Amino acid sequence: MTLPLATSFLQNESFLDVLYIIAFGLFIQGLRGLSGPTTAVRGNRIAAVGMTIAVVATLLNPNEGEWALIVIGVAIGTAVGVPAARNVKMTAMPQMVALFNGVGGGAVFLIAWSEFRRYGSTYGSHSIHVTTVTIGEHTITSGIFSLGPPTYVAIFSVFAAIIGSVSFWGSNIAFGKLQEIIPGRPISLGRAQQWVNLLLLLLALAAGVALVSGTHSELLFIGMLLCAALLGNAVVLPIGGADMPVVISLLNAFTGLSAAATGIALNNPALIVAGMIVGASGTILTNLMATAMNRSIPAIIAGGFGGGGAVEGASGAGEHAGTVRSTTAADAAIQLAYANRVVIVPGYGMAVAQAQHAVRELTKELEKRQVEVSYAIHPVAGRMPGHMNVLLAEADVPYDQLKEMEEANPEFQRTDVSLVIGANDVTNPAAKNTPSSPIYGMPILEVNDSHSVIVIKRSMNPGFAGIENELYYDPKTEMLFGDAKTAVSEITAELAHV
Amino acid sequence: MIIASTLTTNLAILVLAGFIGFVVISKVPNTLHTPLMSGTNAIHGIVLLGGLLVVGLSGNDTFNKIILVIAIAFGTINVVGGFLVTDRMLEMFKSKPKSDGGEKGS
Repeated sequence: MTLPLATSFLQNESFLDVLYIIAFGLFIQGLRGLSGPTTAVRGNRIAAVGMTIAVVATLLNPNEGEWALIVIGVAIGTAVGVPAARNVKMTAMPQMVALFNGVGGGAVFLIAWSEFRRYGSTYGSHSIHVTTVTIGEHTITSGIFSLGPPTYVAIFSVFAAIIGSVSFWGSNIAFGKLQEIIPGRPISLGRAQQWVNLLLLLLALAAGVALVSGTHSELLFIGMLLCAALLGNAVVLPIGGADMPVVISLLNAFTGLSAAATGIALNNPALIVAGMIVGASGTILTNLMATAMNRSIPAIIAGGFGGGGAVEGASGAGEHAGTVRSTTAADAAIQLAYANRVVIVPGYGMAVAQAQHAVRELTKELEKRQVEVSYAIHPVAGRMPGHMNVLLAEADVPYDQLKEMEEANPEFQRTDVSLVIGANDVTNPAAKNTPSSPIYGMPILEVNDSHSVIVIKRSMNPGFAGIENELYYDPKTEMLFGDAKTAVSEITAELAHV
Repeated sequence: MIIASTLTTNLAILVLAGFIGFVVISKVPNTLHTPLMSGTNAIHGIVLLGGLLVVGLSGNDTFNKIILVIAIAFGTINVVGGFLVTDRMLEMFKSKPKSDGGEKGS
């Protein structure tokens, strides 16, 4: 079935290929734009135009059909995707990205599954290699599938199915954890976890190899998807909230790779290029984040902080002989009002309480009193890199007030008050002083260098890394217990009486 | 063109695309990591094409058609949602006098 009005020119395969080439040129150009603050908006739109062109080219291909199904699918996707993207709060951005990533992985494994079913018994090495057939751009569409696809199609298709399934389930768990449907703390089988993960991976691979070598059993394919699904769950469940950004980024790279594999199986250059670019850039991003937390990617995948971190955290709790001093909003207001220089250190607590606007108000009040205010942003503060920047930008905090870690740290020594809002592990001096600490070596914001520290926090519960924060026992530190938004608003209100 | 050369051509494209990905991303400020992750996330929504291609081929039974419609819906969510969310996020980095909450064109 073809478009009745489509001319032969529009459906010419070379023309469609040119469209694909234009599309991935735009992806690359768009991605380049995304890497600079001034060009980012345009970059994203360029990439979106590239995507539109790629979709149009695909719809123009002469073998396209089943328009009703396409319309239904696209309509459902739009009906779900657009409102979700428009209405999501900026604080919920990480889980939204996790969710979008997950559905991408879901699409990949469903496509691979349908391919397997469509090829029937010709899947895998039972296929007849026909070297004289011009494959061109449409291996599958040209109808040679009746002779069976080349073996490599099965290999890449199986690869895509495994990775796609891992990514789908892993992302859903990540979403559940960030949305607090599933507890954020690590859930694991302890020491056995790594062996279970390895076993699941080997089972999925073994099933994949059997399928590629010609075992045509749909049950086996479903079993492979199931093993990969369990693996996705097993990998992400033991990971604590603090490592979640790294995991989402990793799963993002995975989905990219699986899309590239789908591209090879379907012989579609646009899929290959776009998928691989995401795979490569996602890997870099993941590495940057892991480095910032002084964690290696294998260690994170192998079972998070798991049992080890929690045990050390528990023993660490007993070491603190110091006491915790708590303060009130009124006292905090006085301290802040008479400071020359205040540095605000935001963390996940600010995101959860959606306190960014309240924080902005407090900043304005302090600036009226000639207090110099800046924000120190740890690379992994919050649940995604740049998470805090997005939130503060939403609250119209000027860009030049946001200091990155390298810039902020030397400044703490001449800071009168550091106001820590819902940040925990990224301020823990144990990362510098205590070699036995699980976070030892992670670069931190050295707030303990400032003259005094006020920490706004809901309770004394440890952060997502599950370890005590020595900062809270520092004699310079005062704790202001409460919800970040309420506490900050109270301080702002009290400022009026100072 | 023989089958083997299709594969090798595609593998060459794959390797080159990988290098481009590495080069383009290697110098990005921390601030843009979230929008970047979100943007690349939208780009891998290209799997939508896979769904669109396969659904048009002959040999799909009813079950296949159902999972392909789901795949197309998933792909669409990934693409449309991904680009919209990234756009919203990036708009916030622009400092502008008017307050936020305005409707954005898609």
